[in-house]
Amino acid sequence: MKEYVIIGNGAAAAGAVEGIRSADKDGKITVISEEKHHVYARPLISYLLEGKTDPERMLYRPADFYEKNSAEVIFGDKAVSVDPKARTVALESGKTVSYDELCVATGSKPFVPPFEGLEKVSKKHSFMTLDDAEALANDLTPDSEVLIVGAGLIGLKCAEGILHRCRKITVCDLADRVLSSILDADCAAYMQKVLEDAGVSFMLSDTAVKFDENSAEMKSGAKVRFDVLVTAVGVRAETGLIKDAGGKVGRGISIDSRCKTSLDNIYAAGDCTESVDMTSGTEKVMAIMPLAYMQGRCAGVNMAGKDEVFDTAMPMNSIGFMGLHCMSAGSYTGECREIKTEKGIKRLYTEDGLLKGFMIIGDIDRAGIYTAMIRNKTPLSSVDFESLIREPALAPFGPDYRKEKLGGVV
Amino acid sequence: MKRVYVNEKWCLGCRLCEYNCAFANSGESDMVKALRKKPVRPNIVVESDGDINFAVSCRHCKDPICVKSCISGALSISDGAVTVDHNKCVGCLTCVLVCPYGCIKEGEQGAVQKCELCLNNTAGEPACVKGCPNRAIIYEDRG
Repeated sequence: MKEYVIIGNGAAAAGAVEGIRSADKDGKITVISEEKHHVYARPLISYLLEGKTDPERMLYRPADFYEKNSAEVIFGDKAVSVDPKARTVALESGKTVSYDELCVATGSKPFVPPFEGLEKVSKKHSFMTLDDAEALANDLTPDSEVLIVGAGLIGLKCAEGILHRCRKITVCDLADRVLSSILDADCAAYMQKVLEDAGVSFMLSDTAVKFDENSAEMKSGAKVRFDVLVTAVGVRAETGLIKDAGGKVGRGISIDSRCKTSLDNIYAAGDCTESVDMTSGTEKVMAIMPLAYMQGRCAGVNMAGKDEVFDTAMPMNSIGFMGLHCMSAGSYTGECREIKTEKGIKRLYTEDGLLKGFMIIGDIDRAGIYTAMIRNKTPLSSVDFESLIREPALAPFGPDYRKEKLGGVV
Repeated sequence: MKRVYVNEKWCLGCRLCEYNCAFANSGESDMVKALRKKPVRPNIVVESDGDINFAVSCRHCKDPICVKSCISGALSISDGAVTVDHNKCVGCLTCVLVCPYGCIKEGEQGAVQKCELCLNNTAGEPACVKGCPNRAIIYEDRG
């Protein structure tokens, strides 16, 4: 009987459990969970503060998930090292767990730059975990002024989540726009406006350089008063275990298309990894929950001795603020085709006769048809692309495609 | 398992499937009450390609990318059918971003909506198929 060990207890870990069990009903699965929580949907913490969900509904898998999959979970303990020769994982508690196949799904940790005076701030928070969210909520009062450092996905979702719980929110970012990792300036402007209309203030191309207990001195010289500080500058992949064990690590743990690391019998999945973005061909960290699950699942299937490949990873995001949705996928290279729509804007990028990426603000209906074209490398010559630019639909794919997809099992 | 399949040669483009779908999922017992003066938001949508019409609804894929991509765990497979737990869904629309057929849409109450083959409403079997006057959509087992 094989012994499987999974370090981490997020979406990638859940994927690994399900992947293993799809191929091996009997092997022993041990999950090492630093957090003391059942696997939950981390990106939902902003919805939790907004009052749109609760910890019970946030469970990523049903309460009987581990039991149904015969997985043993070690809660509240942390893997501190991996010995790839002895095939063991050492835990902080002193315990040692041995494995035949290991999956590292350690995720990422917030990166907090060494700001001068940060230690003087008593009410400061990151915004990654359920515990972070609850601690932040405890520090907020209806009179609170909040400064959020970082206008990325985490910072802005946090702003939306706590908007009704405090008096004032200021978001600053060194970048000249919000969501700079996924949107260009024109698209970002729409998202910024909807948040500004809701009462969030922005200080862009500017960031905090020095802190006192209740104020930040900005690069521009401005001063911002706050009661509560949220740092959401970025995250760093948790690569230490594999790096220390001698495995190949860049900005994330390097994995191949089978989600295997450079070390024998060790796989990795999710936010701790870097892998090939199919739209650019380059290796990068793509910390996105759907990819975490799919990589975890692929790793699990391979750990159980089958042969599965996951080679369609690409950056993609669906995010909304105050009801305005924004979707993006792939790479923004090549020719840009733009359409202004009633609610926003749509930009599609084509290169070498293929759709490579897109950004859509507002009219996001059926956007998955575009994503699938990128994923499937659909030749634009095989479809009525002019029609698709206006509106994603199946008609422009022609009768043969429709017969296959609508008349058969897919 | 049984799924809804399309025979586009027979589709009249009458859109009765859309109305029957919206009614079946409305929770109302009277069709007029369910649909009058309200935007119809069906889970099956008739498309046209010149003279050809065809109705598109969830394919209930064998390996559904929407379920794998769902960030909240709201989408799952239940006896082969892809269903959404409205209580868990927060409407992030990641499923809309990945569905290759454009078959999941924003719902009215925050959660997404999609075809569940009428297995979870009072119709019990696809109302779109039952009401199709020309057998342009059929509900059968093709594997």
